[in-house]
Amino acid sequence: MASRLESLCQNLQTVLGGRIAGINTAVGEVTIEVAAEHYIEVARILRDHPDLRFEQLIDLTGVDYSAWGDGAWKGLRFAAVCHLLSLSRNVRLRLRAFAPDDGFPVLPSLVQLWNSANWYEREAFDLYGILFEGHPDLRRILTDYGFVGHPFRKDFPISGHVEMRYDPEQRRVVYQPVTIEPREVTPRIIREENYGDAEHG
Amino acid sequence: MAEIRNYTINFGPQHPAAHGVLRLVLELDGEVIVRADPHIGLLHRATEKLAETRTWLQTVPYLDRLDYVSMMCNEHAYVMAVEKLLGVQVPIRAQYIRVMMDEVTRILNHLLNIGTHALDIGAMTMVLYTFREREDLMDVYEAVSGARLHAAYYRPGGVYRDLPDRMPQYEVNKFKNAETVRRLNESRQGSLLDFLEDFTNRFPAYVDEYETLLTDNRIWKQRTVGIGVVSPERALALGFTGPMLRGSGVEWDLRKKQPYEVYDRMEFDVPVGVNGDCYDRYLVRIEEMRQANHIVRQCIDWLRNDSAKGAGPVITDNHKVAPPPREKMKASMEELIHHFKLFTEGMHVPPGEAYAAIEHPKGEFGVYAISDGGNKPYRIKLRSPGFPHLAATDEMAKGHMIADATAIIGTIDLVLGDTDR
Repeated sequence: MASRLESLCQNLQTVLGGRIAGINTAVGEVTIEVAAEHYIEVARILRDHPDLRFEQLIDLTGVDYSAWGDGAWKGLRFAAVCHLLSLSRNVRLRLRAFAPDDGFPVLPSLVQLWNSANWYEREAFDLYGILFEGHPDLRRILTDYGFVGHPFRKDFPISGHVEMRYDPEQRRVVYQPVTIEPREVTPRIIREENYGDAEHG
Repeated sequence: MAEIRNYTINFGPQHPAAHGVLRLVLELDGEVIVRADPHIGLLHRATEKLAETRTWLQTVPYLDRLDYVSMMCNEHAYVMAVEKLLGVQVPIRAQYIRVMMDEVTRILNHLLNIGTHALDIGAMTMVLYTFREREDLMDVYEAVSGARLHAAYYRPGGVYRDLPDRMPQYEVNKFKNAETVRRLNESRQGSLLDFLEDFTNRFPAYVDEYETLLTDNRIWKQRTVGIGVVSPERALALGFTGPMLRGSGVEWDLRKKQPYEVYDRMEFDVPVGVNGDCYDRYLVRIEEMRQANHIVRQCIDWLRNDSAKGAGPVITDNHKVAPPPREKMKASMEELIHHFKLFTEGMHVPPGEAYAAIEHPKGEFGVYAISDGGNKPYRIKLRSPGFPHLAATDEMAKGHMIADATAIIGTIDLVLGDTDR
């Protein structure tokens, strides 16, 4: 297993070289980071190069890094993270590309390379508002018809903005502002390193 | 000549064959499907967003509610991702229990799939037979975890508790007389493993029964052979996994290729289809049930061995991850603090990201977890197998008759709780 990852890293270095912005191996998984302008080119090489041959796009997701580490994040906000699988070489790879503009995140679409990207990109667009350039049918997928906003962004409240109820006078379902109070039972905490170790009190 | 226009109909969201709340917009030319556009999200509960506001442990029960016919498999991928980030070792006995319960779940899932698929396309009897066997396995679930459906049995670091020594018994009531109760309780006299072993002895004959009903059934074959054909190349490009991919003839099973837990010690075969149609996928699922039954048997043999090999803890002794046993808590202040911190603040997972995938009955179920070191996940992405399968409906249904849409939805083993998350 370890040797397979090493040879994968070497292949990635030799084939992709300067196009990779970052490569790291952690918990037995290889992650490469590419700039948005190299994204589609790198994806094509990953799929077609005989030493790599990632036939399957297993997963593609948006990530909003704005709240990472309680404000410790300094980089770009939105990223698309792909999980690729090579059946012939039996390895996985994570490919991450950050959208260059935080206000209007755009990335090229991978639909032409892996057709499975179609719905994944629709989902990332729906939930994070990342626009995938070249996508044939970039509609919302999981949220309601006529939904406003991108619910998985970190600045979108968990309770949402509107709620739905049946209005007996108008005899139809209406939207109204949410009436529930946001409530956090367990606060989110990040402890310093060595917290709870005996010798650190 | 009269102008002929395509006709658009709504299949669902309240259609008995839509397996939940799927709205399929079908554009028809006569009875031929020109375009199928699935509208999903009617069961979207934002599990991934909810997970961001819950501690790592509190998220486990939400996973049951994704694919509500293979509950423990969902939990499995999640706890594996958390364990990967934490670097926790799972005791060997817990690994065997997980594999056994995964395979029980696989049988449960395939039974439901085959039963309802046959029901959808006209074979009423199947579902009655398969639900009979599901009932026994549901009892296994209940005996193990206390719940028939939403088990929350797997925990980061192991499983919640060891397998029970006795099975719950039926009692006489106004619906069941003493004779019925005696017959029902016959296999429930011993431990859970005895009950499950008895089931595995009976099960191959049941599968034969299903095969007599369907495999050579003329109507079943007319409805499934040559329907929804996917070539291996297309299956890969469309992101198919599990029986959908194997039905197309690609030999790929994570249990063999990237073994997790103790699957590398198990002996089983991976069935592969040839034509990539609904019928082949049905055959693959039938054979997978037989193989799952075989794996359950191997696990029972190992777990039953009460000597040094089979016995041992079922959850890690790292009390920052798993709670200490009750007895110790009563005597030791430190353990009490561990328990209190674990259930109020929750465990802290080191910063990083991990992707853990398992061979879910429906395909590859993956959990991509990002942690920033907090007591709650920063981001959880659930890779549900049904999502890319459903996305391919358009390609699979195009050119088929409208009645085949039901066969295609049935064969992709759709559970909307899983697709919509």
